[in-house]
Amino acid sequence: MSLAIRPVSTFNAVKNVVGRELSSYFSTPVAWVFIVIFLVMSGVFTFYMGSFYERGMADLAPFFQFHAWLYLFLVPAISMRLWAEERRSGSIELLLTLPLTTWQAVLGKYLAAWLFIGLALSLTFPTWLTVNYLGNPDNGSILAAYIGSWMMAGGLLAIGSCMSALTRNQVVAFILSVVVCFGFLLSGLPMVMNVFSGWAPQSVLDMIADFSFLTRFASISKGILDLRDMFYFALVIASWLMANTIILEFRKAD
Amino acid sequence: MSDVRIETQALTKRYGRLTAVQDLNFSIEAGEVLGFLGPNGAGKSTTMKMLTGFLAPTSGTASINGHDVVTDSLAARQCIGYLPEGAPAYGEMTTRHFLAFIARARGFSGDEVKRVSGLAMERLNLQDVAEQPIETLSKGFKRRVGLAQAILHDPDVLILDEPTDGLDPNQKHEVRALIREMAAGKIIVISTHVLEEVHALCNRAIIIADGRLLVDDSPRGLLARSRYHNAVTMVVDQAERVASALSELPGAARVEIREGELTVFPVAGVALFEAISDRIRQNRWDVHEIRLEAGRMDEVFRQITTGEGSK
Repeated sequence: MSLAIRPVSTFNAVKNVVGRELSSYFSTPVAWVFIVIFLVMSGVFTFYMGSFYERGMADLAPFFQFHAWLYLFLVPAISMRLWAEERRSGSIELLLTLPLTTWQAVLGKYLAAWLFIGLALSLTFPTWLTVNYLGNPDNGSILAAYIGSWMMAGGLLAIGSCMSALTRNQVVAFILSVVVCFGFLLSGLPMVMNVFSGWAPQSVLDMIADFSFLTRFASISKGILDLRDMFYFALVIASWLMANTIILEFRKAD
Repeated sequence: MSDVRIETQALTKRYGRLTAVQDLNFSIEAGEVLGFLGPNGAGKSTTMKMLTGFLAPTSGTASINGHDVVTDSLAARQCIGYLPEGAPAYGEMTTRHFLAFIARARGFSGDEVKRVSGLAMERLNLQDVAEQPIETLSKGFKRRVGLAQAILHDPDVLILDEPTDGLDPNQKHEVRALIREMAAGKIIVISTHVLEEVHALCNRAIIIADGRLLVDDSPRGLLARSRYHNAVTMVVDQAERVASALSELPGAARVEIREGELTVFPVAGVALFEAISDRIRQNRWDVHEIRLEAGRMDEVFRQITTGEGSK
């Protein structure tokens, strides 16, 4: 009479969530607005503020240099809806009573957002074409910088996803994400270090400085793709997504 | 493990100091359509959320077909089709895409996805809105989309939180027909505060209030608790005179006149109807309308959930 239980593999469960999320980006204005703003802003930063032409060098340093600041506001704009929207509409109850684990749902939604940002990032290719037209850049290090930029976006996105799970209000999620992301970006800079230096032991200072996305990304954007930096971002992503899962497990219903 | 069965033991959910559900013990067998009744905030939805694995119980256990909802949650969820309160869905998706998403999440793949989601659309008459975003649909259609996703994998256990809320009478009728049609061999748990629904659909009713199970009975058994059970109500000329005459009747506990209707309440277990019709004939009273009451569900409900009795 009843159907046999149909096991769903982790891969298929996650893939299904990724597909649903991605299609929802493109069936609402979110995707188009984000992509357009991202491309326009990165152009403005590169060509005006980064003095792309005036420098007279065939590389993308001015392009990547501003990515952190671009992401600081644009990534939370993507991540704020991830879980807050599910809570507000009540669809979280539908999603998390389907035969998939909370972790699979978290991962699926995260991957979709990350892939989407990757798509927006890859659409900046005309800048890369420009620099190749103008001179002979080191394309290997440009690729490394692209990967590094995407990893950094991934780290910020994981923070944003976790913050989004805390509330049903997208504005709150956005503000929380910007603040926490800001802290992580800057943790190596004097502004943050001054707060700790003087009273915190050196080992703690080093640790805080180590957390900085910016210092890590600075070396990556020069084309040095260090495995330790990659590992660092992977660890950041995994930890925040784990926290995200735990928050959901404990506060599903609010 | 294949028998269809829901069991709870001392199922309890607390939010801080507030106890939403306390010590629920019941088991439900295949073929039962259980109406879950209670005032708003009684713990109906919380109980359903625990059965479907959305909320973890604070203490106690629940199992679906032998799968514990906490330790074997995925297997338990696979046996269940669930319509959460308010029928939430992804509003920006079309009906077709939404059901396909649910089908894939339920383990269907390839052509099966099309088949089962098409079938579900057919059963709930959703073909006309298949390509419309769900957020543009009327409340009734949204509810049907929610039902379609719940029944799509032909689950052993259907848990429906207010399935007919917001539907017009025709749609209610259709949904009830669907539920009745699906009931054989399955368990269907429906929460509702529409009392007629219990009578129309269920073969068992549980009433909870303040998180406690108060009554577990058949709808007929519930009606029998009504003081109106087997009472005789009539519309008659000179009601006052008739009332005083009938109150003399052996077996009549009480006679009331309300809104032009005269009701004779029997002493428990006594059938009054024949005695009364004899009196009517003997005295040639002008009776315009007369009926034997089965019992009044709303009155039983009030009596049980508020302790407020026969007033």
